[in-house]
Amino acid sequence: MSELNGQIPDNANEHCPGPDSEQAGKAEGICATQARGPDPDIPIVTERLQGIKHKILVLSGKGGVGKSTFTAQLGFALATDEDTDVGVVDIDICGPSIPRIMGCKDEEIHGAADGWTPVYVQDNLAVMSIGFMLPSEEEPVIWRGPKKNGLIKQFLKDVEWGSLDYLLFDTPPGTSDEHLSVVVTTPQEVSLQDVRKEIDFCRKARVPVLGVVENMSGFVCPGCHGESKIFYPTTGGAKAMCEELGIPLLGSIPLDPRIGKACDFGTSFTDTVPDSPATKAYLDIISKIKSLVN
Amino acid sequence: MSHPEVGERLASIKHVVLVLSGKGGVGKSSCTVQLALSLASQGRKVGVLDIDLCGPSIPRMLGLDGQQIHQATAGWKRLACMSIGFLLPDKNASVVWRGPKKNAMIKQFLTDVYWGDLDYLLIDTPPGTSDEHLAVVEYLQEWSPDGAVIITTPQAVALTDVKKEINFCHKVGLPVLGLIENMSGFVCPHCSECTNVFSTGGGEGLAGHMEIPFLGRAPIDPNLVMLLERPSKRLLSIVETYERCELSKIFKGICERLDEAL
Repeated sequence: MSELNGQIPDNANEHCPGPDSEQAGKAEGICATQARGPDPDIPIVTERLQGIKHKILVLSGKGGVGKSTFTAQLGFALATDEDTDVGVVDIDICGPSIPRIMGCKDEEIHGAADGWTPVYVQDNLAVMSIGFMLPSEEEPVIWRGPKKNGLIKQFLKDVEWGSLDYLLFDTPPGTSDEHLSVVVTTPQEVSLQDVRKEIDFCRKARVPVLGVVENMSGFVCPGCHGESKIFYPTTGGAKAMCEELGIPLLGSIPLDPRIGKACDFGTSFTDTVPDSPATKAYLDIISKIKSLVN
Repeated sequence: MSHPEVGERLASIKHVVLVLSGKGGVGKSSCTVQLALSLASQGRKVGVLDIDLCGPSIPRMLGLDGQQIHQATAGWKRLACMSIGFLLPDKNASVVWRGPKKNAMIKQFLTDVYWGDLDYLLIDTPPGTSDEHLAVVEYLQEWSPDGAVIITTPQAVALTDVKKEINFCHKVGLPVLGLIENMSGFVCPHCSECTNVFSTGGGEGLAGHMEIPFLGRAPIDPNLVMLLERPSKRLLSIVETYERCELSKIFKGICERLDEAL
């Protein structure tokens, strides 16, 4: 093989036998001159995820709009039904928030024969986060793109979920096209601007968008119960954007300081504060998502 | 790797300050804009470079949406800005780039933009510690930027990410000039009661714990969103409009403490 290496183009794929080889054009490897085929690991990922009925991506073009909060609360709320098995995956490498929000930040991952076993916060609610694998909560992860992709793929390949009704991804878009997505935004144009880009991306990547959730939508003062628009919808908010793009608006969740508290303490918001208008909004959105996927 | 062309281009700039946060949506861009407006209202020449390639917000916040290339003058005060937002064909188009292409764009921003004489160049970044951050730190290495201002919100979830960002600065040898606690409380316009929507004090605590200067605490002010988002309703220049916003007093103090750190 070694004398052939000089003939192999620098940009050839791994296992490329080179143009002079008898295997040229016949070998398993894909030659660089051809269009790059799909990632060979995709079938493994697909097999690993086949026991899962619904895979839902929670996306947003903008940071800090409440993706992780929404994913976690959606997970908690779906899992209130004992017969529904739910998994939550957090593949935010630079800032994994799910372990804290779901109250399992000190857990570690256990390797089993079949792969990694996720952390169970309830019998029917499994959590897997990059955060469980980082050496320390304080250490930054300074990685460039390719290294990140490697870990994300390993994550999809090696976690043993078993059979699940829902797997929720708190994440940038994944590797497969059979996912559904929920897009989270806040009402102001600065945020919608980024979210429109994300929806454009979903269309390019052929990820169907189930709908949009408008988070931090209005604030009710706990003192006087007067309502304020903290992030003012200067361009009509998510409602106008959804109409413009022809996407369903799943609902609007008002700001409630108790949501942030629930996240810091890792508890289910809808359970702990059942009387909040935000809880009602969450439950409405969740029942809409359920009816859309079933 | 050495990048002398970056040094050459930036030779006429007195201070280069990066605005960083490990967490998204804590107000990096709005703090960058407020620092710029505040410095500009004190008569400094300020440039804002937006290296958030996937979600550029600076053009919108400075009321420059839809402009191609730009230079804003506000009387004798000067405020210039560069962002990928000016180069995109339409505002809904997504930028789906991987690392190397991002690096090339950032390098081009640092070498090809003619800033002229500036007192401050503020660099607004995307959240995290990834390609864009490594690229800008690497290209600026020889020129040795003054350092970074860290933005956080007060709740524990954000602090965890921000702690990582501070450790990133230590690792790459970027001095931390200080920390701003943003979205710290909201004053109800109906009854003036202050509610800590995202709790309060967390940023100051973190600054103390990490031994970095605490630059100040800014509450949520819906007027800022109105001011930044409705350029058409503005009769005065953006700098003058901002001077009338309550937050400008707070940022004046923050800028003074930043000057001390420099």
